[in-house]
Amino acid sequence: MLNGPDQQAWSPSSRELERRNARRQISRKQFTIAGISSVLVLGALYTLIITSPGWQVVKETFFDLDYGREVLPTVLRGLVVNIQLSFIGGFFIAVIALALALIRTTKSPALTPFRFLATAYVDIFRGAPLLLIILLVGFGVPALRVAGLTSNVIVLGTVAVVLTYSAYVAEVIRSGIMSIHPSQRAAARSLGLTSGQTMRFVVLPQAIKRVIPPLLNDFVSLLKDTGLVSILGVTDAVRAAQINASRTFNYTPYVVSAILFLLITIPLTRYIDRVIRRSSAKQNSEGAI
Amino acid sequence: MSNVLELVNVRKSFDNELVLNDLSLTVKEHTATVLIGASGSGKSTLLRCINLLETIDDGQIFLDGQEISDPLISVDEVRRKLGMVFQSFNLFPHKTVLENITLSPIKVHGIAPDQAREQAMVLLKRFDLADKADQYPDRLSGGQQQRVAIIRSLAVNPRVLLLDEITSALDPVLVNEVLSIVRDLKHDGMTMVLATHEMGFATQVADEVCFLESGLILERGSPVQVLKNPQNAKTKDFLKRVHEAGRL
Repeated sequence: MLNGPDQQAWSPSSRELERRNARRQISRKQFTIAGISSVLVLGALYTLIITSPGWQVVKETFFDLDYGREVLPTVLRGLVVNIQLSFIGGFFIAVIALALALIRTTKSPALTPFRFLATAYVDIFRGAPLLLIILLVGFGVPALRVAGLTSNVIVLGTVAVVLTYSAYVAEVIRSGIMSIHPSQRAAARSLGLTSGQTMRFVVLPQAIKRVIPPLLNDFVSLLKDTGLVSILGVTDAVRAAQINASRTFNYTPYVVSAILFLLITIPLTRYIDRVIRRSSAKQNSEGAI
Repeated sequence: MSNVLELVNVRKSFDNELVLNDLSLTVKEHTATVLIGASGSGKSTLLRCINLLETIDDGQIFLDGQEISDPLISVDEVRRKLGMVFQSFNLFPHKTVLENITLSPIKVHGIAPDQAREQAMVLLKRFDLADKADQYPDRLSGGQQQRVAIIRSLAVNPRVLLLDEITSALDPVLVNEVLSIVRDLKHDGMTMVLATHEMGFATQVADEVCFLESGLILERGSPVQVLKNPQNAKTKDFLKRVHEAGRL
């Protein structure tokens, strides 16, 4: 465990060994309690579902294994669209949101009209339901019949999602920027950094780190909300499931689609949680608290 | 006088760095123990271990004869008996001075809010801060903030007060107003363990001075013994450097 130059001669005292033993016992006890409580709660839940009168029907229409396997490739192809949409949209969202957040936090008088526009943008797109924006963009833009403007539903759907999410994300980033204590700015400015450099090298890195958990939250909900573009006729995972379900009146494709979404979002959340914990442990000495 | 605090062969390392090397220390009731030594000698870690902010690797720590390094002990219970003041004040910026002071008495010790406020005002008046009661910490000078931080830890009547370089972030003028509080507390008979670089102050308040170096107490004794007539070569060297820096 310890192998510095001073450590090799040291071996723990009997009291320390006793203490380690006690700590092990405590964690064993906690583990047992956690295990018993989990078995009880999950067992009760399982029994409740299995013994419910409609379970047999639900099992056949929602959890039909063979049908699930049959529709898996179609739904999976649809999911690829969701993922592409999320990443391409995510890139534009990040860029636009950062710009919006920066514009809204500057105090430069020359940027006043932009600040006003950015505020209006955020207010509008954060305030209106995403589904409405998708419908308005998806059906409204082609109706303009402007030459060169696309009528590709995937592109239009993405644009609608980007419009809404960049407003959300901008506010998250802005709240991160505002949470950095003014003394940091003061320290940076007094080192001779310009206000832009202060933002770029001192404030933003700290702010972004602080808002990674809510940003991840937004990314997960972006991934799910890309399912809404199916309303424009895009064949994503939700749409693919819907087509199959309405063909056979068996709802297993929905379950398949839900499981596929979870297979992406859960590991993603866990992974980022771990990254955050590790990076904050490196920076803070919180000790035993 | 009974032993309030007793550390026996306390060992603590961070990664590969040994910070406390089988260190032992006894603190008697109503005494002030002053820890001196260069930065990184283990003074702060020692205080953080006593307050259970760090888990020790070996050895034992006793508070009023009870082993607080026992993993079965309630950490919150122990911390209720200890007061700690930090170098960087650590006041809660979203609470007023009065709210900072009464938070723990009300929420942890179950004292009625009116009574807690009354007690806090007595302390604030005593240390000339009554007019700041409703101000927020950021509006106060460093010296005032640190005095509020001391009052905050006093408000729960701790058995021992741990002071971790409480004047290091202050200018010489403000240092004095903070140290005068500590002198008053010493006069009241508060048991204290302090880490400090103020040697003159150490001479005034200390009953025992401990010189720390590489996680060991190399020399200990009365302030006159350790500060005026040191025996250990490393103590001499350290005091010489402090003297050259103009702080003795």
